[in-house]
Formats: sequence, C-alpha cells, structure tokens
Amino acid sequence: MAMLHIVNKSPFEKVSFRSCLNHVSKGDSVLMIEDAAVGAIEGTSFSEKLKTAMGDVSVYVLGGDLAARGLSEDRMIDGIKAVDYAGFVDLTVENETTQSWL
Amino acid sequence: MINEGPYQHQSADSALQFCRSLLAQGHEIFRVFFYHDGVNNGSSLSVPPADDRLIQKEWSELSKEHDLDLVICIAAAQRRGLMDKDEAKRQGFESNNMIEGFRISGLGQLIEGGIESDRTVVFGD
Amino acid sequence: MATKKFMFVNRKAPYGTVYALESLEVVLISAAFEQDVSLAFIDDGVYQITKGQDTTGIGQKNFSNTYKALGDYEIKKLYVSKESLEERGLTQDDLMDLVWEDEDDDWAEKPSIIMVDRSEMAAVMAEQEVTLSF
Repeated sequence: MAMLHIVNKSPFEKVSFRSCLNHVSKGDSVLMIEDAAVGAIEGTSFSEKLKTAMGDVSVYVLGGDLAARGLSEDRMIDGIKAVDYAGFVDLTVENETTQSWL
Repeated sequence: MINEGPYQHQSADSALQFCRSLLAQGHEIFRVFFYHDGVNNGSSLSVPPADDRLIQKEWSELSKEHDLDLVICIAAAQRRGLMDKDEAKRQGFESNNMIEGFRISGLGQLIEGGIESDRTVVFGD
Repeated sequence: MATKKFMFVNRKAPYGTVYALESLEVVLISAAFEQDVSLAFIDDGVYQITKGQDTTGIGQKNFSNTYKALGDYEIKKLYVSKESLEERGLTQDDLMDLVWEDEDDDWAEKPSIIMVDRSEMAAVMAEQEVTLSF
C-alpha cells in the first residue's frame, strides 16, 4: 500500500523529517508542509539526504508554505513538485494511507 | 485529527485549508477530532487583532455551512479548561467557553473516525 | 464494525510534553474497539518505556506502569526502533519488561516488545491502515 508521508517541521529544527526519510518505502510519497517546506531548497545541509530518498519516493511541497517563507520555487531541488491544497487533497486520495511526522 | 491549538502552531490553519479544499473537491469529511491543545480551536473567547483571522470562528462557520461533525475530546478539554454549557454545569462552573459548531465527546470518536473513514490525516506538532 | 490495522507512533519523550500520556489514553480506548493495534517507539519515543521512571522530583504523575497493562488489553505489538535506542546509549535492558499472556498457550507470558531495525519498522508501517501520530 502506498503511503503519503506528511512532514511539517523544518529538518534544521527537528529530526522528524530525517526520521520520516528513514522509514519510507519504495513507491511512497512525501509532502512537505508548514516549516518543512524549507527542506525543499537546493544547497542545504539536508539536500543530499532528501535527494537520496527521491530515488524511491516522489516528493512534493506545498507551494504556499514555500512562498510564505520567502523561498521561490525555482530554488527547489530538481524533481520536487510544488502543489496547492487541492494537490494535497489529491495526494491523500492517491495514496492508500497517510502518516504525519510531527 | 488536530493536535494543536489555534495561532500557536500552523496546524489549525493547514487543517482548515485542507478541509475547505476537500469539500470543494466533493469529498466528505466524516469527522474532525480535536485532541491535545487542539481543543482550544473550540474556544468562544478569542479576540485576535482586528486585521487577523479568527480561527475558532472559521471552524464554527465551516461546521455550520457544511454540517460538519467537529468533536472536541472531553478528557483533553477538561485538562485545558474548555467547557460547553452542559459540561461546565456538571463540573460546577458558572461560565462556559465553547463556541458553536463543536460538540464534546470521548476518544472513542477518534477511533471510530479512523475505522469509518477511507483516509485519516493528522495535523500537529 | 470493520477491523483495521491501527498504528500509534510515539516519537517524543514523556513528561517534557503531554503527548506520551495523552497518546497512551488513545491506545487504551482503542482496545475497546477490537482493532489490530500496534505501537511504534521511535526517536525519543523510546524513553516512554524505560524502566525505573521516578517523577517525584518533577511533580508529575508517573504513568509508566500503564504500559504494563497494555498486554491485558490485547495490545501486544510494541515495535521499538533499534537505531533509536543505540543513538541514545540504551539497550533493551533499559526498557520495561512488557508482556502479554497467551491464553492459547496456557497463559504463558510472552514479550510485547519487538525490536526492529529501520527497514523492518518501515515494512510494518507500510502495512498499517490508520496511523496516528502525536
């Protein structure tokens, strides 16, 4: 069963995002919302960890949370897709279950 | 499931926008369950600055508009001093502070929600 | 009522925040609904089940004994992250001895704690139908 992992804390503040990536399965999706959106940017100390995971999972970020924090989508890691709340809903429907990493 | 109170964390805002989007796309919300500090989303006594959103009222209005089942956990509410009229009377308090559109119930409602729904999403910290 | 696989994910230490206590309250309620319940203890969540908790110095109620009752409620799958213990300088010996009684085996006491590594934990998580995080 494909799982949507929702992360909401910055990878520089808490270990939640890191723990999430340590527990994803191939074919899962990861959605960054709220403060976790900062993890979508290329060139951070977290980028390599995220890029490695992207070999197995699809990664999304809530565009609104990126913009709110003054970060533009053109600075995102290649392959990450920005979605809006409608896209968030779609991801919830497309994956059989969700897990929030708080 | 919403684990955090309004304003302190973004959870309530994220959940509200997620719910609105869900409903706009034709999906059904079986229940919204408020736990931990999330019970404060049901407070009737919030007065944010005039140019800011009033989260509790947004929940209340969404509830009325779409006939939603917004459930506040009784145990968490008792701990945090959030009471509807009946609960306040039961506890011997003169005042109550729960906004319209919510109801107080037990944790079983959360489990039932998980059983009956196709999807369960948690917003927290 | 349908039976679903429920997992309760615990990643925070007890007492510093209320999550450990209030998530345990949810777990106990879930027992009444006869669902297929598992608990996961990852990151600081492992501290929730350490033995010898003494809260007299901090003025909070010690609720660690409640974990010992889980077996009586047929909640017997407590997955503990090996890596999380190692990172914290802990071993399984530092954890409470949580057991359940198997009525099909002459009420023999069996361990509820299942030590797993990350990939095993991920596999268990992938099977769950409802995952609640606190």
